[in-house]
Amino acid sequence: MQEAMIKRAKELLADGTVNRVIGWKKGEFFYDITPAVFETAEEIDADFVFDDFTSANVSKYLVKESKKEGKILAFLKPCDTYSFNQLIKEHRVVRENVYIIGVPGGPKLDIEKIKAKGITGVLGVKNENFTLKIDTLYGEETMPFYEAICGKCADCKSKKHVIYDELIGEDGDVLDSNRFDMVEKLENMTAQERFEFWREQLSKCIRCNACRNVCPACTCEKCVFDNPNSGVENKAASDSFEENMFHIIRAFHVAGRCTDCGECSRVCPQNIPLHLLNRKFIKDINALYGEYQAGADTTSRAPLNTYDTEDCEPSIVHERGVE
Amino acid sequence: MLKIAKNRLNELFAAIAEKQTLYIPVDREDGAAEYRKWENGCEMSGALNTVRSAKDFFFPQTENLVDFKMEGKNIEVIDIRKESEDFVIFGVKACDARSFTILDKVFLVDPVDSYYKTRRDHGTVVTMACTRPSETCFCGVFGIDATAPEGDAACFSDGENIFFKANTEKGQAFIDSISSMLEEGDTAKLDEVQAKTKSILEKLPLANLSTDSFGGARLKEHFNSDKWGELSEACLGCGTCTFVCPTCQCYDIKDFNTGHGIKRFRCWDSCMYSDFTKMAHGNPRLTQLERFRQRFMHKLVYFPANNEGEFGCVGCGRCLSKCPISMNIVKVMKALEVK
Amino acid sequence: MNNDTLIPYVGVVTDIRQDTPDVKTFRVVSPEGGKVFEHMPGQCAMLSVPGVGEGMFSITSSPTNKEFMEFSIKKCGCLTTWLHAMEVGQQITIRGPYGNHFPVETELKGKDLLFIAGGIGLAPLRSVINYVRDKRENYGDIQIVYGSRSKDDLVDYQEILDEWMNDDGVEVNLTIDNPQEGWDGHVGFVPNYVKELNPSTNKTVLVCGPPIMIKFTLAGLKELGFTETQVYTTMELRMKCAVGKCGRCNIGNKYVCKDGPVFRFDQLDELPDEY
Repeated sequence: MQEAMIKRAKELLADGTVNRVIGWKKGEFFYDITPAVFETAEEIDADFVFDDFTSANVSKYLVKESKKEGKILAFLKPCDTYSFNQLIKEHRVVRENVYIIGVPGGPKLDIEKIKAKGITGVLGVKNENFTLKIDTLYGEETMPFYEAICGKCADCKSKKHVIYDELIGEDGDVLDSNRFDMVEKLENMTAQERFEFWREQLSKCIRCNACRNVCPACTCEKCVFDNPNSGVENKAASDSFEENMFHIIRAFHVAGRCTDCGECSRVCPQNIPLHLLNRKFIKDINALYGEYQAGADTTSRAPLNTYDTEDCEPSIVHERGVE
Repeated sequence: MLKIAKNRLNELFAAIAEKQTLYIPVDREDGAAEYRKWENGCEMSGALNTVRSAKDFFFPQTENLVDFKMEGKNIEVIDIRKESEDFVIFGVKACDARSFTILDKVFLVDPVDSYYKTRRDHGTVVTMACTRPSETCFCGVFGIDATAPEGDAACFSDGENIFFKANTEKGQAFIDSISSMLEEGDTAKLDEVQAKTKSILEKLPLANLSTDSFGGARLKEHFNSDKWGELSEACLGCGTCTFVCPTCQCYDIKDFNTGHGIKRFRCWDSCMYSDFTKMAHGNPRLTQLERFRQRFMHKLVYFPANNEGEFGCVGCGRCLSKCPISMNIVKVMKALEVK
Repeated sequence: MNNDTLIPYVGVVTDIRQDTPDVKTFRVVSPEGGKVFEHMPGQCAMLSVPGVGEGMFSITSSPTNKEFMEFSIKKCGCLTTWLHAMEVGQQITIRGPYGNHFPVETELKGKDLLFIAGGIGLAPLRSVINYVRDKRENYGDIQIVYGSRSKDDLVDYQEILDEWMNDDGVEVNLTIDNPQEGWDGHVGFVPNYVKELNPSTNKTVLVCGPPIMIKFTLAGLKELGFTETQVYTTMELRMKCAVGKCGRCNIGNKYVCKDGPVFRFDQLDELPDEY
C-alpha cells in the first residue's frame, strides 16, 4: 500500500495536480510517526510512511493547509474522511484545494498497548497470523494482534470513505459496530457508580489540552478555555471538580459535530476514555432525533441545528435522568 | 551491603509509612503507572516509569500561594504557608532523581522559592536503579547512570533482594530508621544484574545521541536555524510534553475568587501554549514555531548557558512516548546537530 | 519560614493624577506611611489587585523621593482598566523591587545624558531624569527628547514645563506626531527629531518607547555616529513571577525581569531577535 501511495503522490506532484502532500513521516523508531507535509518526490522517498502505526488523523491540518497557495494531496483513511466532511460542512476547509485519496483504514496498532503489557525496549513488531512477534532488547515477546490495536480501531464504525477524489485499494462499508456497548454499560450503572467512574477517569487529567488540540471538531480561532475573560480559562484545577467541567463543556461543544474519530482518546497521555463522553451524545442524538452520523455528508442539517415540531421536549432530560 | 528480601517490601513500606507519608509508583488499571500514597496492599509498579514525573512532589501542578481578604478599599494578605510534613518518595528512577537537581537550580537560587524548598527539605528521595531500560531511554547522554541513581538513598534489585546505599545524610538517616529490618547481603548476584543492565544501556538505540552541538555558545546559530519550521509543523500546541517532563518548570500565577476571598495559586504552564507570552499590547511568540523553538532552546541552549553547561533534559523518554504527534527532543537534537 | 517574594505587601494609593486621556499616575505608600521599599531608577514592581491580576510596572518616581513611589500606567488591559477606575484610598498589593537598573552610579556618572522617550515610554526614564536632576553635580549636560501622538498624550507635561524646563543644564525638546491647535512646538516623529537635533556623540543615551520608535531611533543614532555601547533601553515582556523562574519573559537566556529590564544595545545584539 505504501508503495502505491508514494507512486501516486509523486505522479500528482509531477503533473502539477498538487504542490504538496500531507501524510505521515517516519520517526526515530518504527512506531513514532509524525504527520507531515511533503513538497518534493525526494522528501516522499526519504520519509513517507503508511503502515500499522500511521493512525493519526490529518484532516484537521487541512484547515490551515487548504488555505495556502495551490492544491494539497491528502491521504485519508475512512474515519478521517468523516472528519474532513464535517469540516467542509462547517466551512473550515477549502474543498477545492484538497485532492483526496482514500486509503484503507486500520486496524492500526498502538505502541502504548504493547508497552502496557510490560513489554519494554521494543525494537520492532511483526504481525504473523494475528500474533504480534515483538523484537525487544530483552528478546522476543508475543501478544495477540487484537490486544494491541488502537482503541479507535477496535470500535471502528465504518470502512467506507465518505469523500474522495480517488481511491487506492477498495472501499468498505459502514460497519455494524459495537461502539455503544461501553456507553450502555455506563448508562446501566447507578448515578453514583457512573459519577465515580468519571471522577476516577477525569481526575487523571493533567489539562494538557491534547484532546482539544487534536480534535478536528475543535477548530475555534479562540477557544473559550484560552480566553482570560471567560472565567474558565484556568490552566489547572482551581478546585477539585474543575477537570470534569473542562471535559464536559468540551463534549457539549462538539455534540452533533463529533464524528467519533477517536483521536481524543488516542492522544490522551493519561488514557482517559474521553470518546465515551462524545459517544454518549451520539447515542442520545440517535435515540432522540433519529440516526445521525456527523461527517457522513456535507449538506444535511445536524439535528441539534434544526428545529422540528417532532423534537423531544426539554423535559426529556429529567425523564431520562430518573433512575 | 544492607538488603531486604523483595517479598518483605510490603513490611518495609508499612514500617516507613508508620513514621512518614510514603509514596510509591503503582500500576493503574490502564497499565500506566503513577505515584500514590502507600496504603496497605499497594504494590510497587514494575513499569519503566510513571506517566507523570516525580516533580509533582516538590512542584505540584497547582498550589495555593497566598490568600487575600478584600474589604471595601482594604486588602488583607494572608500567608497560608505551612512547613511540609516529612515524606518519602520510594522508587524514583535515576532520570527523575536528576531532574530534582535541575529544578533546584531554578527554585533554590536567590530568591529561594519557599514553597518548593519546604518540600525539598522534608522529602526523602529513595531511588531505584533501573534493570530494564527502554528504547526511549537516553539518560546516559546527560551523564546519568541508570544503574547508580542519585537521590538521598539508592536501592538496587538483584531480582530477589533490594540493597540500600546512602547518598546523603538524609539518606543515611532513612536507612538507619529502617536498619532493624535490613541485613548484610552478598552482592555477587547484584553485580551480575548491574553488569547486564550496563550492557543493555550501551546498546540502547539512543545511547549515542550527542549533545556536542548544544549549549550556550550556539545560541544564535540554533535560534536562527531554518529547521524549526519543519520540526514544529505538526505540533498541536498542547502541553503534553511540558506536563510529563520532569524538568519543565514554567508556571503561571492566577487568582481564583472563591466568593469569600481570593486565592492566588500557581499552576504549571506551558511555553507551547499560545497565551504564554501574550500581553495586552502584543505577543513576541506569535506562531507555534516560536513557541516550539522556545521549549527546545530552553532545554538545549538557554539552560546550559545559565547553568554551567547542564542541560534541561534528563533523557527519561516521556515526551518520546507521550507526544500526540511523536515530535520530541531527540528528533530536534538530531535535526539540529552540527556535523 | 522566610518571606517569599511571591507574597506581596499592601500599598495604599494616596493620589491619582490623570496625565493623559489614557495614562494615570498613581502614588503608592505603605499603610503605615512611607515607601513600601527602596529601589533604583529603572527597577520595576509587581502591582496587583487580587482577583483581577498582577502586572509588572516600572517605578516612575525617583529613589530620591523619600516619601512615596509613583507609577504611570497606561490603560490597555484588564488590570490597568481596573487601576484606572479605582479611587484614592484604595489598597493594592505591591512586591519588588525587581530587575536591574540604569547604571546611574557607575557608567552614567559624569556623562552628558540624552534621554529619548516616546509616549508612555517616559515612565521608566522619569525615574532616572529626576534622580539625575536631584544629584545634578554627578552628571554633565542633560538633554531630553520626548514625543507623543499629541500634546494631550504627553505624560508628566506639567512637571516637564514647571520643573525640567526651568533647570539649568537641562534641555527639553518636545514633539508631537501631528500639528495641533495650541501647539507651537516641534511636530514630527521622535527618531526624525533626534536626527534633526543632531546631538553630540559624546552623550550616553537612554531610550524608551514603542518598539518601532526604539528601532528607528537606534538606526538614527547610528547614522549620527553613536555606537551601541552608548545606548541603553528598558524592555517589557509578559511576566508572572518577576524573579526569573516562571519562564516566560526571556529573550534568549536572559530574563527581562531579572537580568533586565535595562539592557545596553550591544547586550541585546548578543540575544535572539524575539521581543
